[in-house]
Amino acid sequence: MTTYLVRRLIYTVPILFGVAIIIFSLFNLVGGDPTYQMLGKHATPAQIAELRHELGLDRTKLQQFGDYLGQMVTFDFGRSYSTKQKISEMIWSGIPPSLSLAIPAFIVETLLALIIAMLVAYFRGSLFDRIVVVGCVMGMSVSALAYILFGQYVFAYLFGFFPISGYDPDPILRFKYVALPALIWVTVSLGINVRVFRTFMLDEVGQDYVRTARAKGLSESSTLFKHILKNAMIPVITYVVIQIPFLITGSFLLESFFGIPGLGSITIDAIHNSDFPVIKAMTTIETLLFIFGNLLTDALYSVVDPRVRLK
Amino acid sequence: MEKILEVKNLRTRFRAEGGIATAVDGVSFDVYKGRTLGIVGESGCGKSVTSLSIMRLIPDPPGEISGGEIIYKGRDLLKLSIPEMRAIRGNEISMIFQEPMTSLNPVFTIGDQIREAILLHQKTSRAAAKAKTIEMLKLVGIPVPEKRFDEYPHQLSGGMRQRVMIAMALSCNPQVLIADEPTTALDVTIQAQILELMKKIRETLGMAMILITHDLGIIAETADEVLVMYAGKVVEKGPVKEIFANPLHPYTRGLLNSLPSLEKKKRLETIAGIVPSLLDLPKGCRFQARCPYAFEICRGEEPALREVGPAHWIACYKDLPRFEGKK
Repeated sequence: MTTYLVRRLIYTVPILFGVAIIIFSLFNLVGGDPTYQMLGKHATPAQIAELRHELGLDRTKLQQFGDYLGQMVTFDFGRSYSTKQKISEMIWSGIPPSLSLAIPAFIVETLLALIIAMLVAYFRGSLFDRIVVVGCVMGMSVSALAYILFGQYVFAYLFGFFPISGYDPDPILRFKYVALPALIWVTVSLGINVRVFRTFMLDEVGQDYVRTARAKGLSESSTLFKHILKNAMIPVITYVVIQIPFLITGSFLLESFFGIPGLGSITIDAIHNSDFPVIKAMTTIETLLFIFGNLLTDALYSVVDPRVRLK
Repeated sequence: MEKILEVKNLRTRFRAEGGIATAVDGVSFDVYKGRTLGIVGESGCGKSVTSLSIMRLIPDPPGEISGGEIIYKGRDLLKLSIPEMRAIRGNEISMIFQEPMTSLNPVFTIGDQIREAILLHQKTSRAAAKAKTIEMLKLVGIPVPEKRFDEYPHQLSGGMRQRVMIAMALSCNPQVLIADEPTTALDVTIQAQILELMKKIRETLGMAMILITHDLGIIAETADEVLVMYAGKVVEKGPVKEIFANPLHPYTRGLLNSLPSLEKKKRLETIAGIVPSLLDLPKGCRFQARCPYAFEICRGEEPALREVGPAHWIACYKDLPRFEGKK
């Protein structure tokens, strides 16, 4: 297991190198000249040259690529073009708000979806099953934006249950601000999750081992909650665990609509301002998290599925 | 002979696209203590559905047991409540299936899966149930059962898995064991071992067995009585020696003729044609389209089972005097 994990970690080096080439090429191909945006159209050539030198843009492409690789290793991505803040500081300050929203929302969403999916699998084919499935499709069909606008207008503005937007770094007070976006998060993802989990469960219901469990004399609920659930957990884990690392980067949409200063908001702002170093840093982090998510999933497989032994 | 299970006029049907398919249509037979009843027929003749009906494991919907009685120890299994039926399944009547590779749960150890059945039906401690499990594994010829107890199904071969299934089915000392094509998925040498094991166990434990197969060779070696099924109906039944010595129904003859033989080096015979769709059965005898003897009368009323010799029954008009010479 340990050797497996170490080897997987070593594999991430070439993956990261490949990703670095792609990101660097993209920024150089479509990037345009950042000095133009930073100094405006009335800048003198001398000013531009000075800024280019300051940003390291007068160096050769190969040197710049080397700089970028160095940034990936040291995790020091320099300063933001627009706010001049150190990017590593921006990231550290963005993680707590993102997690304050994402973790409670993610836990509630996953558990709720699992419980509903199990109930639906137990009552499969019944009216209850059909109502839930139709409800899920309806829920999935409505845009997240509609939930955001409805929530902000009705629950925050009309009823005043929640603040319309904003954030407070206080460990307790922050939850007043993240409650409504978290609720919307759960609503948006519940439909699709219930449907996916229900399929995972129903895929198992028709298996031969389920017939064996019944032939043994087990009740329908023991069959479902013992035999089927443990098998269905295998795909559920893949589906859920891969999302965990991305909780750090938060939700772009919810954070920017609710003014939560998390990594999602930071990324959206950086894109609006063509703030390349920030975008570059965020892209790199997303890649690392993705690799980490896959690794975590594989490691957890071996816990649930005895057929998987990591060597 | 003590009658332990009596199936009377069993009917099981399935809702299918294009109508209702009666997969088992008025099947009756008796099962005796210490004896093996073989049910034989080709795919789709209703032999598996018959066995699942006895266990009341027909998936509903789309399936449904629509008529008949299954009398076990004076009680009609079809009238039992779900908890009453659960107390019988795996305890008094148990079943092993065709697919040893998939019939065990891949994420639980085999010991856990057998012990579960014992703990469910018998008031006993976990330790005692474990000891019983190991004893069962030993009985079915699994080497080093103490070690195998903690292994997962994927660590065992197909033959070993089927032995585990047999151990599980026998763990509560059932009165009736239903084996639905227990050796079909196994290779020939393993087949022989498993059949030998089942025979030995039936003799030691003295239970009744229903053996379902499409292989007449297995029937000849293992069964005491035979039930030949075709398209959901019993076409011939009788003691195994009588059926093999004197097969009367053209379908039974066809099945016997299509057995390969080592002595006669000739082309393997087949039964021409295919099984009719249960949704579109012909009027009269269901075998008429494939029967070399079929004549007008076969297209009239469906032949009923008649006793033509000692305990030998057929559903065919072939031996009737008025049938002679008309061909």
